[in-house]
Amino acid sequence: MNTIAVESGLILAGVLFMLGLISVLVRRNIIFMLISVEIMLNAAGLAFITAGAKWVQPDGQVMFVFILTMAAAEVSVGLALILQIYHQLKTLDSDAANKMKG
Amino acid sequence: MMLAVLIIVLMAGGLLAWISHQWHPQAPKWISLVSVLIDFAIIAIYWLQHYQIGDLFNDGWLASYKVPWIESFGISFNLAMDGLSLLMLVLTFFLGVMAVLISWNEISHRVGFYYFNLLWVLAGITGVFVTLDMFLFYFFWEVMLIPMYFLIGIWGHENKRYAAYKFFIFTQAGGLLMLLAILGLYFLHGRATGNFTFDYLQLLNMELEPSTGRWLMLGFLVAFVVKLPIVPFHTWLPDAHSQAPTAGSLILAGLLLKTGAYGILRFVIPLFPDAAAEIAKPAMLLGVVGILYGAVLAYAQTDLKRLVAYTSVSHMGFVMLGAFAFNKLALQGVVMQMITHGISTGALFILAGCIYERIHTRDVTKMGGFWPNMPRMGGIALVFVMASLGLPGLGNFVAEFLTLVGSWQVSQKLTILAAIGLVGATAYSLRIMQKVFYGQALPAGDHAVHDITIREKFILIPMVVVIIVLGIYPGPVLQTANAPISNVLDYKPAKKVVATNTLEMKGGTDEQE
Amino acid sequence: MKELLWLIPALPFIGALILILAGSRLSRSLVPVVGAGSVGLAALVTLLIGFEFLSGTRAPFEQLLWTWIEVDGFKPEVALYLDSLSLVFIFVITFVGFLIHLYSAEFMREDEGYSRFFTFLNLFVGSMLMLVLANNLVLMYLGWEGVGLCSYLLIGFWYKEEKNGYAARKAFIITRVGDTAMAIGLFMLFRTFGTLDIQAILSGAQDTWQVGSQTAVAIGLLLLGGAVGKSAQLPLQTWLPDAMAGPSPVSALIHAATMVTAGVYLIARMYAIFELAPLAQLWVGIIGALTLLISGFTALTQYDLKRILAYSTISQIGYMFLALGVGAFSSAIFHFMIHAFFKALLFLAAGAVIHLLHHEHDIFRMGGLRKKLPVIYWTFLIGAASLAALPLITGGFYSKDQILWYAYAGEKGNIWFLVAAMTGAFVTSLYTFRMVFVTFFGTEKTHVGHHAGTLMTLPLVVLAILSTLGGFIELPHTMGHVQLFSDHLSTVLPAISLKEGVESSEWIVQLIAAGLSLTGVYIAYFLYVQSPQSVERIKTSVNALHQFWFSGWGFDAVYDFLFVKPFLWMARTNKADVVDKAYDGVVVSTGYFHRGFAWTQSGIMRWYMVGIVIGTILVVTLSLIYY
Repeated sequence: MNTIAVESGLILAGVLFMLGLISVLVRRNIIFMLISVEIMLNAAGLAFITAGAKWVQPDGQVMFVFILTMAAAEVSVGLALILQIYHQLKTLDSDAANKMKG
Repeated sequence: MMLAVLIIVLMAGGLLAWISHQWHPQAPKWISLVSVLIDFAIIAIYWLQHYQIGDLFNDGWLASYKVPWIESFGISFNLAMDGLSLLMLVLTFFLGVMAVLISWNEISHRVGFYYFNLLWVLAGITGVFVTLDMFLFYFFWEVMLIPMYFLIGIWGHENKRYAAYKFFIFTQAGGLLMLLAILGLYFLHGRATGNFTFDYLQLLNMELEPSTGRWLMLGFLVAFVVKLPIVPFHTWLPDAHSQAPTAGSLILAGLLLKTGAYGILRFVIPLFPDAAAEIAKPAMLLGVVGILYGAVLAYAQTDLKRLVAYTSVSHMGFVMLGAFAFNKLALQGVVMQMITHGISTGALFILAGCIYERIHTRDVTKMGGFWPNMPRMGGIALVFVMASLGLPGLGNFVAEFLTLVGSWQVSQKLTILAAIGLVGATAYSLRIMQKVFYGQALPAGDHAVHDITIREKFILIPMVVVIIVLGIYPGPVLQTANAPISNVLDYKPAKKVVATNTLEMKGGTDEQE
Repeated sequence: MKELLWLIPALPFIGALILILAGSRLSRSLVPVVGAGSVGLAALVTLLIGFEFLSGTRAPFEQLLWTWIEVDGFKPEVALYLDSLSLVFIFVITFVGFLIHLYSAEFMREDEGYSRFFTFLNLFVGSMLMLVLANNLVLMYLGWEGVGLCSYLLIGFWYKEEKNGYAARKAFIITRVGDTAMAIGLFMLFRTFGTLDIQAILSGAQDTWQVGSQTAVAIGLLLLGGAVGKSAQLPLQTWLPDAMAGPSPVSALIHAATMVTAGVYLIARMYAIFELAPLAQLWVGIIGALTLLISGFTALTQYDLKRILAYSTISQIGYMFLALGVGAFSSAIFHFMIHAFFKALLFLAAGAVIHLLHHEHDIFRMGGLRKKLPVIYWTFLIGAASLAALPLITGGFYSKDQILWYAYAGEKGNIWFLVAAMTGAFVTSLYTFRMVFVTFFGTEKTHVGHHAGTLMTLPLVVLAILSTLGGFIELPHTMGHVQLFSDHLSTVLPAISLKEGVESSEWIVQLIAAGLSLTGVYIAYFLYVQSPQSVERIKTSVNALHQFWFSGWGFDAVYDFLFVKPFLWMARTNKADVVDKAYDGVVVSTGYFHRGFAWTQSGIMRWYMVGIVIGTILVVTLSLIYY
């Protein structure tokens, strides 16, 4: 079985994470921000899987399952919030939600 | 037991006054008056009895009461009284009665809560004067602080919020430093002896590293110096005094400031004799600065209560000067100063309150020429103005003279500077008389100025009598304070004695050490 | 009898107490009965005790009333001490005081503050008696400050006038400067001797100090400071002329006869210290000499009747200080007594004149009163003659002559003191008779309203007799050589020792003094009666000098500039308390922090993310670096 070098997996995870992070920072649409957060979560998951494979431990996959469940919960709460924001502000622009300005 | 009763009467009276307001609007006044009078009677009778028996002059504690409280931390409900505490208690209840009486008509809203606060302040002060457990001391220290905050913040004058916050933040900041120092002492003592306790008498004989001692002493000193107050920590005082209701100013000036002086005598010097001796000169210098600075500022004020407040700054400088002179003369002067200043300045605040009731202003530029309308009030004011400038024959003279004679033994230069403060005192004191009672009568405004009422006579005439008696026959006070002061001096670095650690009291008298 | 000593100060105090408690309820005729009556009784007791004292051994008598303060060896008692020195003082205080009380009963009758006036006056007499009878310096300090208080109250008696209040405060504050010096002197004395009992100090001083000891000099100078303040000597003399704002009986009682001589009493009482501190004693003399000259010249230029008398009081007390300075203690006390008689007389007479002329103070608007007010004229003339020391017939001559003589002949005397005193004597007679001629001679310029009653004139007559006859109890060697007074004091105060071989020249000094005094009278007569126009000529030719003298040699202006203005400036600029500004600074900077951090809460979610990212990176990097 061909093994993929650990480095490649980690680099992919890193790239994915950076992509997600950058798009969270630059996107104003909340849906896209949510998606980007999902990408970051999955990048983290990938990193866990890679590490698990490297050390031949089940912990990596356990952590990934954790992340999946957490992501599911997060998405449901997030989507509910997004709906509320849309309902209140009639827009999905995250910058419009600045009522808490100090 | 008596000591606990004193505190409980006040606390219970306070609660009852609060509740009773629903039953009858007059009830809180009477309940508070009765509870303070009970306390005053108890302590006055005690003093008279034991003065006659003569056991007041013995060394040691006169009465004590100790029950365990939080044993796992070494905290006990430990009260004890010596001559110094006794004098302070007499002063507390005497001024307490006056404070209740002066509020009689002044307070019209939330009366029940007002008297609750008033009595709890008094309870806190009482506790501070008699407690021997450091934790309990801190507890009472806070108990007198918070009700006072409400007294100023709710029933004060136009700028009350600001003044109340300022008062709270200043004293609380000092108080927290003291808490740190108390905890430091607690842990150091615990580690050294394995006995974790807040008991003052056990902490008393602890050997401390010089540098540790210095820091812990500063923690205490800052709390007391802020309370006293000494320049440059005094700026809460003019605001708090001028904005508080009359009774609030009376208690602040008459009692709360004295807790600072008491703290120095009871804690700073005995607990940290070496560290206190180290900073004696700077501390005395601060006292002198306070005397002079307060005098100049008092002269400048146009708000009558602010003016009197700054005179307190000036007078409390003498306390600092005397306390750190470490000799009997000066310390007796300090004790006298605590009492006489409480009465004379308290009376000046009462007078300011009376005038405020009549013309609704504290601005001296809007006063003048009141003598024809209120000659009796003027005469009484004259007595206290003279007391404030240190006229012989009135109590304050004895205090200041003793302090200065005592401090002369230690530092001539500082004493000379402090004596110059007496000239300043003359200037600002006479200004009060001039601005309020002398001069051309102002065109009659909306308010007819009438002379002293019966209730005001009940308040002011006893104070006049007391200040005169203290001036010509201070013997009883000096004798009562004699033993405790000798004790304080025993902790002077050179002859620090190892006292017994346990405090076993049986009834009124006991020989300690 | 002696056991009644405590009654002497107590009686006036009791009188004051009755007036305080019941003053407003007493009828106007009862008020003076209480006021004057209590002082009268005190005078009676003084007479009885004095008689017993003089007929007995004249041993000092001490009466302990109670222990005032007792702390650690500091034990001032409330105890009275009677010896021949204090006897002279209580005699003068009670008798002159009583006469002035009598006079006031009529003088103040119309005043609304009738009972207040007597209260203060009684308090004053009580405090003054306490001052002179005290057996220790703390109790003396009580009297000392007490008279200061009463002086303040009485100068500002007519409190509605702003300027009276100012004068009152000025008096109190300036004397308090002196008092503070004295208090410091007391601290030093206590440190040296461990007691403030006067007799103990006097006897201890000789054992403790060498002549010229530094401590002794320092203490002497500090006590002198106190004396200078109370006795209105250079450089603290400026309060007395302004103190004339008070009612005339007050000026007579406090600011001429009794209180201002407290300084003389203090120095005489503590003579041992000054004997051991020649430098301090020399300064007493110098201050006396300078003061008598400066205020003498100032008196020449004044036109307010009471101010002339005020400056002349300062000047006469200058003579007493000069006497003390050369060690002629009993001469100083003698002059004090005679001065108390004639100066009280002059003030009371002046008060009567001013009263009858509807509060006219300017002597140049008076005139011709000789015929209108004969009793007042004659008594005033007798007083003035005594002040000017007209030879042979007046008490003032005998008392002042002694001082002049000892200023030169005393062991500590010198020619400069004599010159100053002589010049002063000439100026004194000049301004005294200027006052007499301008006020009572010439044409009538202001109409006399009414006439003085018996209560006002009787004290004048009694005082006139006393100020004339009083001189004859002490006559110089050259004429009669009577020494009743100095013999009386010899038990307390040391006699003066003279220089070698000067006795023979005593008559020369007396002759010159007499000549100067008469010349002064003549010049005054010439200038103010015969050719008034020459006065104007002199005045315009030395206008600047006149102005300078008139303003009291510019002392007020200097003090104003040096002390009052800076103090007021300091007070005013710092009214808001600069220390509070520091705390305001804390508040303001907290505000800035608050705004700074609040700004980061922009409400834009992406910024928060950036914040989180940067924070994470920082934390991770730092932890990588340090672990």
